[in-house]
Amino acid sequence: MQFDQILQYTLSGLSTGAIYALIGIGFSIIYNATGIINFAQGEFVMLGGLLTLSCLNVLKLPLWAAIPCAIAVSTLVGILFERLAIRPLRHPTPINLVIITIGGSILLRGLAMLVWGKDTHSVPPFSGDAPIAIGGATILPQHIWILAITLIIIFINKIYFYHTISGKAMRACSYNRRAAGLVGIDVKRMVLFSFIISSAMGAVAGIIVAPLTMTAYDVGIMLGLKGFCAAIIGGMSSGLSTVIGGLILGVLESLGAGLISSGYKDAIAFIILLLILFFRPQGLFGKADSERV
Amino acid sequence: MKRNFLLFIGFSVLVMLAPQYFRGGYMMNVLVFVGINTMLAIALNLLLGYAGQISLGHAGFFGLGAYLSGIMTTTFSLNPWLAMPLAAIAVGCLAFMIGFPVLKLKGHYLAMATLGLGIIFFIIFNETYEWTGGPSGLSGIPYLELGGISFDTDVKNYYLIWAFTLAVMLFSLNLASSRVGRALRAVHDSEVAAQVLGVNARLLKVQIFALSAIISSLAGSLYAHTMTFISPTSFGFNFSIELLTMVVIGGLGSIYGSFLGAALLTLLPEILRGANDYDIIIYGGLLMVMVMYMPGGLVRGIPALFRKLTGRKGGADHA
Amino acid sequence: MNFKVMPFVMAAVTLLFSVNVFAAAPIRIGALFAVTGPAAFLGEPERNSAQMVVDEINRTGGVKGQKLELVVYDTSGDATKAVQLATKLIKDDKVVAIIGPSTTGETMAVIPVAERGHVPLISCSAGSKITDPVKRWVFKTAQNDSLAVGRIYEYLQKTGQTKVSILTVSDGFGASGREQLKSQAAKYGITIVSDDTYGPKDTDMTAQLTKMRGTNTQAIICWGTNPGPAVIAKNVRQLGIKTPLFMSHGVSSKKFIELAGDSAEGIKIPSGKVVVADMLPASDKQKKSLMAFVRDYKKHYSAEGDHFGGHAWDAIMLIRNAINNGAGTAAAIRDQLESTRGFAGIGGTFNYSPQDHAGLGKDAFVLVEVKNKDWMIVK
Repeated sequence: MQFDQILQYTLSGLSTGAIYALIGIGFSIIYNATGIINFAQGEFVMLGGLLTLSCLNVLKLPLWAAIPCAIAVSTLVGILFERLAIRPLRHPTPINLVIITIGGSILLRGLAMLVWGKDTHSVPPFSGDAPIAIGGATILPQHIWILAITLIIIFINKIYFYHTISGKAMRACSYNRRAAGLVGIDVKRMVLFSFIISSAMGAVAGIIVAPLTMTAYDVGIMLGLKGFCAAIIGGMSSGLSTVIGGLILGVLESLGAGLISSGYKDAIAFIILLLILFFRPQGLFGKADSERV
Repeated sequence: MKRNFLLFIGFSVLVMLAPQYFRGGYMMNVLVFVGINTMLAIALNLLLGYAGQISLGHAGFFGLGAYLSGIMTTTFSLNPWLAMPLAAIAVGCLAFMIGFPVLKLKGHYLAMATLGLGIIFFIIFNETYEWTGGPSGLSGIPYLELGGISFDTDVKNYYLIWAFTLAVMLFSLNLASSRVGRALRAVHDSEVAAQVLGVNARLLKVQIFALSAIISSLAGSLYAHTMTFISPTSFGFNFSIELLTMVVIGGLGSIYGSFLGAALLTLLPEILRGANDYDIIIYGGLLMVMVMYMPGGLVRGIPALFRKLTGRKGGADHA
Repeated sequence: MNFKVMPFVMAAVTLLFSVNVFAAAPIRIGALFAVTGPAAFLGEPERNSAQMVVDEINRTGGVKGQKLELVVYDTSGDATKAVQLATKLIKDDKVVAIIGPSTTGETMAVIPVAERGHVPLISCSAGSKITDPVKRWVFKTAQNDSLAVGRIYEYLQKTGQTKVSILTVSDGFGASGREQLKSQAAKYGITIVSDDTYGPKDTDMTAQLTKMRGTNTQAIICWGTNPGPAVIAKNVRQLGIKTPLFMSHGVSSKKFIELAGDSAEGIKIPSGKVVVADMLPASDKQKKSLMAFVRDYKKHYSAEGDHFGGHAWDAIMLIRNAINNGAGTAAAIRDQLESTRGFAGIGGTFNYSPQDHAGLGKDAFVLVEVKNKDWMIVK
């Protein structure tokens, strides 16, 4: 009985963790290309889910058409955000960047509230909701979709960043912006690309999790924060480290809720964050950073 | 020096005369909250504007002060005038201890660490219901009393709160123009350079963090004794962001700016009252616009705008 | 300016002023609702219902020849704002009564303001401690959550399912329910074998449910408002848990069934009668008010009139009846409210008294069950 319970906690935690991982990678990509922590990342997750809903119900599109549509619109919003909010910033100090992205997230949330109302909405699962038994635990088909799609995205990410010119250019920007500019990389365009990729990924995360958790205008806040924790655990990498960070976070949360106390579940994520920041700020897998004076 | 002194006296006089103008109406209630928010904004400004350390969790210290004072005066029937300083000291010690590991971090990492702290405090307020009443809140907190007068109306609370606020303002203004203030600004500009010149940057940052927490705790206790009821939702992440907005909009590193920011953000819901569902959009938009076009805050932006419009040249722009 | 025009201008101005003087000033009723924010599912239907009733009353000539004016302020579920706005209603808008707020937390904060300002407050929130102990100026129209808990426990005692697990949301509504669930258990012979909570925005409660599955619980009681309970219902189905599931009146709406889908079948809740209005026998005293409310809400807002909107409806009607009986000032309205007997409203039949400002009894709740995607009364 005990083992079955732990298995259940772990499986549930893995799928939640996969979502955190996707969001965390979104954070990392923008951070690596621009040095900005985009507090509005969670809102793209929210947009993904709500836009899919509209495509299904208002435009009456079938699921396989609604999803790309939703991703496209979210990406558009991401581009607008970069153009209107980030690029014109004249004094990009960390404080200003934090505030502008926070302001952006509030704005997006407010607009979403106007368009979709304050209600929670349900989105149909991709392939039904008959529970699947694994050992003594059960998961839903949607969980498998989440894990599968996350793996695919990681794979695509790896190929893009390591085997395409623009991907390599983005990595160059993250190592040293000035040097990248000197070898002819259009840094401004890389910034735009990073926002495109992150908003698309956020939207995907929102779409695949919405059938499980339902969606509303304010789902972005907590998801964004937890995704950021995942990114920190993974050392702000845009690859496997953050994924593992997210999975660890999800599983620890689930185990904590089941075995210790359900009320303090959220505190677990933030305590882990603080511990990592205090004792290993480069993340579990990163190398120690040296600071320019 | 003299000019600053006169400015402060003038401001204090305005504050003391305001109740005559508003004649005990609804505005008095709003102005009480402006006072509390000004105190909080100044506390955050000392940390953020002067020392340059981001904190996204200051609502936590505010809440801690409110709950400690509230619990001590209800469960333990302590005199509020004893509970408030005890709470402030406790919060100060806690902040001092947490400050050492937290303030080793910089920039975004510091922001996230303080964010996490703030949320952890909130969860503790929510979960420890035997002490705090949990989500249902803590009620029956007594009013403050002094020499037979009970501070139970808006007008009386106005004078009480603003007496404290003006004291905090005076203290901060003095601090800013003292040796400590210069050391803080040095740390803000370049921590390493300041250390080379003999400033113990690490200790100074923690001391300011603790001071900021103490002022916030005091504001929290005063809040508890004026509202007589507190609940965790007033001390969450949203309020930390509101405080940050007040400081930034008013002007980093300016005490009067903190007052401007606090006043504007407390009064904004009044001005926007017709536009209910739209106010959250306006709020976010305002934040973004201010940071993009007036990053020095109102206290610098408005004179600059004025100068630009009237075509006047010159005027050194210093913090 | 042409001086010949002056007499006409003077006449027009005098006419304007005199029109103001002769028209009877409307009676101002204040309202504090959480129309935006986390409690919007309460505040929005409450505001809609209140506005609808006031409009209907004014359309048919008002009360005793005077029109009603509703001054609504949105508190966003924030206790600090609620206090500020309550002060504004009393000092600036000079209302004769205040209805709301929507949540227990806000109500507790506003009570001192109403008591000091000598203005009757009719709260639309469920917390028992709002009227217990009784405060002179404070009333409520929402059923006490103690009554809801009593309904469930009564049923469980009858069917012998006395070992329960509780899962409550960590906000004001859930915390109040949890308090009641724990304090009334002994009275009905119920033992609570496990006690867990979840956050209002949590998306996965399988951990808590898995823990419950490992105990010998005979019933699971979930106390919260959408979307949490819908997630819990889905999780229960996913985990294959067969233990009967009970929930609170917080989900007594079609919306819950829509969100939970197939997982909602068989869930039982204590509910105000409004969700099963059309199934009530004609002899039920509340049937007339209920059917009118459902019909009017649908006409005005093209949506289902629900349990929460009903609280505001009751509050306005109570004030209207008070004014009809001759009360004009705040104090007089308070006295009239206190002597209201047998008012068949949406929440139940109200009988106020100097010792009871909550006014409702056990008939305020019926036990209903989800069958075929709709609510049915449990016999």
